[in-house]
Amino acid sequence: MTDQAYNFAYLDEQTKRMIRRAILKGIAVPGYQVPFASREMPMPYGWGTGGVQVTAACLVPEDWLKVIDQGADDTTNAVSIRRFFQRTAGVAVTEATAEATIIQTRHRIPETPLTEGQILVYQVPIPEPLRFLEPRETETRKMHELEEYGLMHVKLYEDIARHGQIATSYAYPVKVEGRYVMDPSPIPKFDNPKLSDNPAIQLFGAGREQRIYALPPWTEAVSLDFDDHPFETSKAPHNCDLCGAKDSYLDEVITDDQGGRMFVCSDTDFCGGRRAAGHAGRLGGDQKSSKTFANSFEGIWPGAEVAR
Amino acid sequence: MTLHTSITATPLLRVEGLTKRYGPRIGCADVSFDLYPGEVLGIVGESGSGKSTLLSCLAGHQRADLGRIAYDGREVLAMSETERRRLGRTDWAFVHQNPRDGLRMGVSAGGNVGERLMAVGARHYGDIRGKAVDWLGRVEIAADRVDDRPSAFSGGMQQRLQIARNLVTGPRLVFMDEPTGGLDVSVQARLLDLLRGLVRDLGLSVIIVTHDLAVVRLLAHRLMVMKSGRVVEQGLTDQVLDDPQHAYTQLLVSSVLQV
Repeated sequence: MTDQAYNFAYLDEQTKRMIRRAILKGIAVPGYQVPFASREMPMPYGWGTGGVQVTAACLVPEDWLKVIDQGADDTTNAVSIRRFFQRTAGVAVTEATAEATIIQTRHRIPETPLTEGQILVYQVPIPEPLRFLEPRETETRKMHELEEYGLMHVKLYEDIARHGQIATSYAYPVKVEGRYVMDPSPIPKFDNPKLSDNPAIQLFGAGREQRIYALPPWTEAVSLDFDDHPFETSKAPHNCDLCGAKDSYLDEVITDDQGGRMFVCSDTDFCGGRRAAGHAGRLGGDQKSSKTFANSFEGIWPGAEVAR
Repeated sequence: MTLHTSITATPLLRVEGLTKRYGPRIGCADVSFDLYPGEVLGIVGESGSGKSTLLSCLAGHQRADLGRIAYDGREVLAMSETERRRLGRTDWAFVHQNPRDGLRMGVSAGGNVGERLMAVGARHYGDIRGKAVDWLGRVEIAADRVDDRPSAFSGGMQQRLQIARNLVTGPRLVFMDEPTGGLDVSVQARLLDLLRGLVRDLGLSVIIVTHDLAVVRLLAHRLMVMKSGRVVEQGLTDQVLDDPQHAYTQLLVSSVLQV
């Protein structure tokens, strides 16, 4: 049910051409923020307008699109963007990471390893890693030009001085191929190692800030640290309560007002896949999926849904 | 860190015919001097006489229109910006009149001192912190203030912190723009005492701009007097202050209040 009033994937061909040129430049200079003429999109800034434009410029009719928000396929942002492209491009959509050719993501990298030929599109709120340390854009550009990145370490120094460890836990800066320092968008630092030497193309779009940058496949991205305070990933020290996974990134879900809580994989596809393969966590025995589980709080059970 | 105990024969900084214009007006005109290692040069003059313009041209904050600046035999004005900025955070230092211009107010004292170290590639937290604490001690700031922000410091402490932040990478040439401005007299006296000690111990070459003749009397070996963008008189500090030749210098010296 493609809406015929729009060009394929909403944007006109000239705009896509302009965005593709920015993407190519970004891929040619890994980690460099390429300015582009960001368009008004039919969604507010902060909802992924940068990512949507990059996705629109990359989409072809044969693509399989997956959209995730904080790892989940069924949250508001993911659902609305997926529907947007179903309507304006008519492409096939999927929730399976391995099946998708383009994955647009907000704040996570899927747990399932990506493969060659896949494109991962990040939604970026603030592309400039130095922004909160140096408010002047002219100055930060100069600092990138001259590779003056000492200030980035001042931030990490302050973390250790104040908290005893590097407390930055998301949007953790990386140095790309020994040249540009890049903000990997607000992904948890748990995901940082997956940025480096990834076989997929990783594209970053910031709509409001009008910047596109990229990591080509197999690009080195090193998380910044100190010799005596090396970079460490972090996650909640639990297993997933639904699928029992030990090594996936977890969300904490408050289940009642008596202090009850559970930890579940933030990557719903990964969690569902494991449960379908027979894995079960502490509370995962009788639940079908995290979506069903969420519905259970509202009294909607799988059988009841049909009856409604 | 190199110690220059004696004044050697080749100048560290050689300035020839430096001119900076703001449109039809003169910022500073035809300024020439040599600065030798370990020497302190004072620049005095009234407001608007071009001393700050001269200092910012020398430090590379502004681009001079005419003239030559040679630092350690290298042409500063012909350097690439990368080189000039590297020089600015290794061999050179700039102490602003207002510590707020020279400090990062949102960053702890330790982070402020460590910034230059990290900018030149230090990547060991323990070492950086150790050096920061050491330098805070040398400017008489207690080690337990290392994690406080400069906004929690008094004006005098902020100024001393700014000096520590600048000297931590062992610069050879320090530019100072009214370092004692805005401080009360007793704090000024302590700061001057501290500066004099540091300059002597580290063998720094200093160019210090001030309108306070007492400051140059205490610190400077040589003195340049500026008026309307031009140098009207220069010589040994005591000589210039005790036996001023130019009418303006005579006016300047006689204007100092005797308490």
